[in-house]
Amino acid sequence: MMGWTTLLLALREIRRNLMRSFLTVLGIVIGVAAVVTMVTLGNGATQAVSDQITSLGSNLLLLRPGQRLGPGSSSLGAPSFRAADAEAIKSQIGSLTAVAPAVSRTTLVVVGSKNWATSVTGSTEDYFSAGNWKLAEGRIFSPTEERAGKAVCIIGATVRRELFTEHSPVGDMMRIRQFSCEVIGVLAAKGQSAMGRDQDDTVVMPLRTVQRRLTGRLDVTNILISMMDDASTTQVINQVTALMREQRKLADNEDDNFSVQDTKEIAKALSGTIGTMTALLGAVAAVSLLVGGIGIMNIMLVSVTERTREIGIRLAIGAQEKEVLLQFLTEAVVLSAFGGLVGLLLAAVACYFLASLLALPLIFSPGINLLAFGFSAAIGVIFGYVPARRAAQLDPIEALRHE
Amino acid sequence: MKAESPHAGTDALITLAGITKTYGHGQAAFQALSGIDLAIRQGEFVAIMGPSGSGKSTAMNILGCLDTPTSGAYLFEGVHVEHLSRDQRALLRRHYLGFVFQGFNLLARTTAQENVELPLLYRGETAQARHELALGALRSVGLEEWAYHTSSELSGGQQQRVAIARAIVTNPKVLLADEPTGNLDSKRGHEIMELLVNMNREHGITILMVTHEPDIAAYAGRIVHFVDGKIARDAVNGETA
Repeated sequence: MMGWTTLLLALREIRRNLMRSFLTVLGIVIGVAAVVTMVTLGNGATQAVSDQITSLGSNLLLLRPGQRLGPGSSSLGAPSFRAADAEAIKSQIGSLTAVAPAVSRTTLVVVGSKNWATSVTGSTEDYFSAGNWKLAEGRIFSPTEERAGKAVCIIGATVRRELFTEHSPVGDMMRIRQFSCEVIGVLAAKGQSAMGRDQDDTVVMPLRTVQRRLTGRLDVTNILISMMDDASTTQVINQVTALMREQRKLADNEDDNFSVQDTKEIAKALSGTIGTMTALLGAVAAVSLLVGGIGIMNIMLVSVTERTREIGIRLAIGAQEKEVLLQFLTEAVVLSAFGGLVGLLLAAVACYFLASLLALPLIFSPGINLLAFGFSAAIGVIFGYVPARRAAQLDPIEALRHE
Repeated sequence: MKAESPHAGTDALITLAGITKTYGHGQAAFQALSGIDLAIRQGEFVAIMGPSGSGKSTAMNILGCLDTPTSGAYLFEGVHVEHLSRDQRALLRRHYLGFVFQGFNLLARTTAQENVELPLLYRGETAQARHELALGALRSVGLEEWAYHTSSELSGGQQQRVAIARAIVTNPKVLLADEPTGNLDSKRGHEIMELLVNMNREHGITILMVTHEPDIAAYAGRIVHFVDGKIARDAVNGETA
């Protein structure tokens, strides 16, 4: 019985036991597809974060009140900043390109009959360069408008889409709480942040306007500091820290009641978190691969009675043990390989659609494809082959009597 | 059948000498066969009878090279079968023996034709040859029209005829039938027996058949009675021992 006959025979067996073959293949397909999809999307998410790091610009510091020792630690009790702090930083520390004090408030904005809850940020014109914002149309506010606290606003792409029609919103009026402001510019879309927040769901106004009309206080929530490309991050952080301690009149034995964060570090930490998530999802998917494997094992073991009798028949009519085993091995290999390939194909399709749905880059990793394929194929082959081998080692008459 | 002495000389096809078979060990040991001497000539139709537990099935399995004796000699055309390896015994079954079982033992969800060509696969016949030989064998059992029906679509009698076709498709020297009519009603049973007698007469196939029904055994030319693992009676059919 040579190669082709064996293969044909195996194919005939697969067709003869269509349900069993289908379930075996299904187990492998699901396992492989789940693992490959999870890991590929996870890699894509990690890649998206590192893209985000690049888009932030490499040199942005974020000054916040309170100590953030870890996620969830509060800034309660720590005094806020004032616009003067930003001015002090700008005038006393060199090698900076922009310093923007910012205060944000989530509020309802209304245009005609439509309304939309969005984040309204008050800042200076430095905000746009520090945040790497580009204008799609219109202009940003001028220093004069800023000082005067004029009711002018620049809207993000999402706000524009939700509140305005096709025509340019520049020059239109928008109501925020009790006051009206003129739309003078529209920001170019930036997409989601690394945290998954829609960065385009925003309205930017002069700091003074927001303080006066919206928050009613002179507080500034945080200060964005953009450094020159050749600036030393550590040095700037030290200078800012020293300056702030001075501004806040902290004694030497007191801890900082503010923090300076390098946004690159935040993004790095975040990408580390996403890496962990990817590993977790991969583990979940690996469990599904394992469950698929157990399913295959079950199917194979359930059919062992029938297969044992069949092996008995084959042995009785003169098949040698090795011929029977070769046939069963071929069958297991064909099924597993087929299942594995379909799984990889399914994963490719799923990744393609999910990646575009989640706006993630698609990264093909040969390693995980090979690993998932190899593992599932091994399960299929082992559980297809081992019971057959046990049966083929029985005396033919023993195998025939098997109940 | 010629009324010769059943104990033939050196020209015997099969010779058993002092065959024993013991199952289990020590206290639990059970001796299924205790010293069997038997010679079977080419072309004989031998029925093996006996109550259950008499060792007739054990003897049948040993004769069919499906099982090995604990001691004693088994010569098949002068070859010592008891010295053959598993694979060699498989080859012997492949080339010289055909089997018909009480439970038919056809492959499930497989057509009659595919079942019949199964032994040919292991003999390396081409697809064309397999197909023609299988159809020929089915024709000789009168099931040509049912060649492409699966086992479950056939009646018990038809399934047993497929099994006979499978056993004779390789043109074996010996056909071993273990209670071939055991699962059939009497009418179908007699049809099967007529088929076997025909195989024996027309094709000269030596037939060894286990049965416990005297009227089935009556088709054979020679009847061997087993009692308690020994041959109690061995006589040409119709004679009284």
